[in-house]
Amino acid sequence: MNRKAAGLPLSYRLAVASRCLAACGGGYVLAAQVSVSGALLLPMAQVDAALTGMLLSFVFLLLAFIWCFACSNAWRAWAGVLLPSLALGLVNGLVYWMKTP
Amino acid sequence: MKEGFRQAMAWLHTWTGLIFGWLLFAIFLTGTLAYFKEEISHWAKPEVNSHPLDAERSLAMAQRYLEANAGTSSNWLIRLPSEREPALSVGWRDPQGQGRRGFVRKELDAASGAEVQARESRGGDFFYRFHFELQMPYPWGRWLASCCAFVMLLGLVTGIITHKKIFKEFFTFRPGKGQRSWLDGHNAIGVLALPFHLMISYSSLVIFMYMVMPAGILASYGNSGGYFDELFGRDEVPEAAGERVPLVPLPQLYAKVQQQAPGARMGFIQVYNPGDRNARVSLARAAADSVAYKRSANWTFDGTSGALLTQGAPESAAMMTAFTFVGLHMGNFAGPGLRWLYFVFGIAGTAVIGTGLVMWLGKRQLKHAKSAHMPGELRLVEVLNIASMSGLLLGVAAFFWANRLLPPALEGRDGWEIDSFFTLWALALLHAALRPGRRAWGEQLALGALAFGLLPLLNALTTGQGLNHSLAVGDWAMAGFDLTALGTGLFLAWAAGKMLRAPKVVAKRAAKGDKRTALEAQ
Repeated sequence: MNRKAAGLPLSYRLAVASRCLAACGGGYVLAAQVSVSGALLLPMAQVDAALTGMLLSFVFLLLAFIWCFACSNAWRAWAGVLLPSLALGLVNGLVYWMKTP
Repeated sequence: MKEGFRQAMAWLHTWTGLIFGWLLFAIFLTGTLAYFKEEISHWAKPEVNSHPLDAERSLAMAQRYLEANAGTSSNWLIRLPSEREPALSVGWRDPQGQGRRGFVRKELDAASGAEVQARESRGGDFFYRFHFELQMPYPWGRWLASCCAFVMLLGLVTGIITHKKIFKEFFTFRPGKGQRSWLDGHNAIGVLALPFHLMISYSSLVIFMYMVMPAGILASYGNSGGYFDELFGRDEVPEAAGERVPLVPLPQLYAKVQQQAPGARMGFIQVYNPGDRNARVSLARAAADSVAYKRSANWTFDGTSGALLTQGAPESAAMMTAFTFVGLHMGNFAGPGLRWLYFVFGIAGTAVIGTGLVMWLGKRQLKHAKSAHMPGELRLVEVLNIASMSGLLLGVAAFFWANRLLPPALEGRDGWEIDSFFTLWALALLHAALRPGRRAWGEQLALGALAFGLLPLLNALTTGQGLNHSLAVGDWAMAGFDLTALGTGLFLAWAAGKMLRAPKVVAKRAAKGDKRTALEAQ
C-alpha cells in the first residue's frame, strides 16, 4: 500500500474490488446461513434458537471480512466465504425440507 | 495486501474508516446527544413545567382527558411523567385518521391536566432519530446506520490487531508532535473506552438484527410476526364488543401492579377498546427500572372488571442476552452519574473517529507538503472532514438557535428547526470548499465557539430561564444543558485558536519550502 496510487496495476485494483465484493456479498450470505443454521438446528426453544443464530451471525460476518482481506489472493477470499456457505446451505436446505411437511 | 496479516488489517482499518468515518462521526455525535434526549427536549420546550411526581393522580388525569377527548378511539397510550420527562403524555388512534400515522399525541401539564401550550419542537428526539435513521425514509436509514455500526465493529477489531501492543501504547502519549500525537490520542481514547466501543457497535447490530439478518426468522417462522409474538409474548386483544361499559379507574390497576412489584415505575400504559365491554389495559414497567427489557414486567387487565388477566412470561437466557445488549446501548437505566459517563464515552467514540479521519489526511498531506497544490482527492477528503466535523457542530448549534429565535406560533415550526440544522450543515460544506483547509477549520470552529458559548445567554434573554434562574431553582436539566453548551463553546474556542495560529511542527517543515503553509500563515 506504499506504492503511488497511480502506479497500481489494474489487476491489483480488480483484485481489491473482488475482495470487497466477497466480503460484503459472500460474507453476508455466510452470516445469513449461520443465522438459519442456528434457528433450525440449535436444541433450544424456537425463538431462542432464532435469537442465538442472529446474535452469532455477526461474528461470522466479522470473520468473513477479516478473512477476505487477510488471505493471499482474491480467489481464496471467495472460496473462504462461499464454500462454508454452500455447506451450511445444503444442511439448512435439508433440515428445512425435512421440517416442512 | 501481500505484506502480512497486520498490514492487511491496517489497510482494512484505514479504508473502511475513511469511507464510513464521516457518517460514523455524525451517528456517534447525535447518538451521544441522544443520551440526554429528555433533557434536550426539556430545554427545547421550556414551557413544560416540572411538578412533583404522583403516578396515581397523573393516571386519573390522563383517563379524564382521554375519556373527554378520545372516547371513541380504539387505542389509548399513556406515558406518565418521570424524573426526566416532566409532561404527562397521552396519545390515541384517531377514528378520523388525524395526526402522524393516524395517531394523535398531546402533552399535559402534570399538575393541572391542561394541554401544554409549548412551542413545536422535536427537541432531543430529532437527534435520537437522526442517529439511526439519518433523516432517510424507512428502512434505508436503519440499514445504512446498521452498516456503519458493523464497520465500527470491524474498525475496532482491525484496530486492535493493528496495534497489538495496545496497553503499552496506551501509556504512550507524545503531545505537541503533530501526526504522532494524533495517533497516540486516537489509540489512547480508543483503548480507554474500548469495552464501551465494542458494546455500543455490537449492540446496535442486535437492535436491528431482525431487520438486517432476517434469514433465520424467515426460515424458522415463515414471517416475522410469529417470531415477535413469541419474543414479546403478546396477547391477542379481542375485538370491540360494541357494548358500552365504563372503563375501570386506571389508578386502581396501578395500585394492583404496585402490590406485585413494589416501587415499580411505569413506562407505557395502553388501553384497547376503552369504554367497551372487551376493554384491555396493559401496564409495562419503565425501561429505567432495569438494564434489560423485561417482558415479564407487563401486566394485562380486563378493562371493565379490573381483574388481572396475564402477566408477561419470564425471559429465557437468549432473550436476556439480546435484551441486555439493547438495554446497555440505550442506557435508559442509567442515573445521572452513569448517564454522564455514557455521554463522555460517546464523545470518546466521536473523538476516535474524528482523530482517525484527521490522521488519514495528515499522513498523506505530508507527502505533498512540498508541492503547491494538494491532489484533488486529498482536498476532497479535507473538505469532507471539515464539513462533517466542525460543520455538523454548526448544524447542531443552528438547531438550538432556531429553537429560541423562531416565533413560537410559527406554522410547521419543528420542521423549520430541522431545516436550519441541514441548511447550516450544507453552508459549512460550501464554506469548507471555498476556503483553504486550516482557515476553514479555524473559522468554523470559531463560529461554533460563539454559537455554543452564547447559547446560555440567548436562553436567558428569550425565556428568562437562564443559568441564574435554573441554578437557583435547581432545574438541573436546564442548567446542565446551558453549562454543557458553555463548555463546548470554550473547547471550540481553544481548538479554533490552535487552528488560526500558525502550526508549530509544520512550520519547521515550511522552512524547507512549503509555500502553502507560508502563504496561509500570512
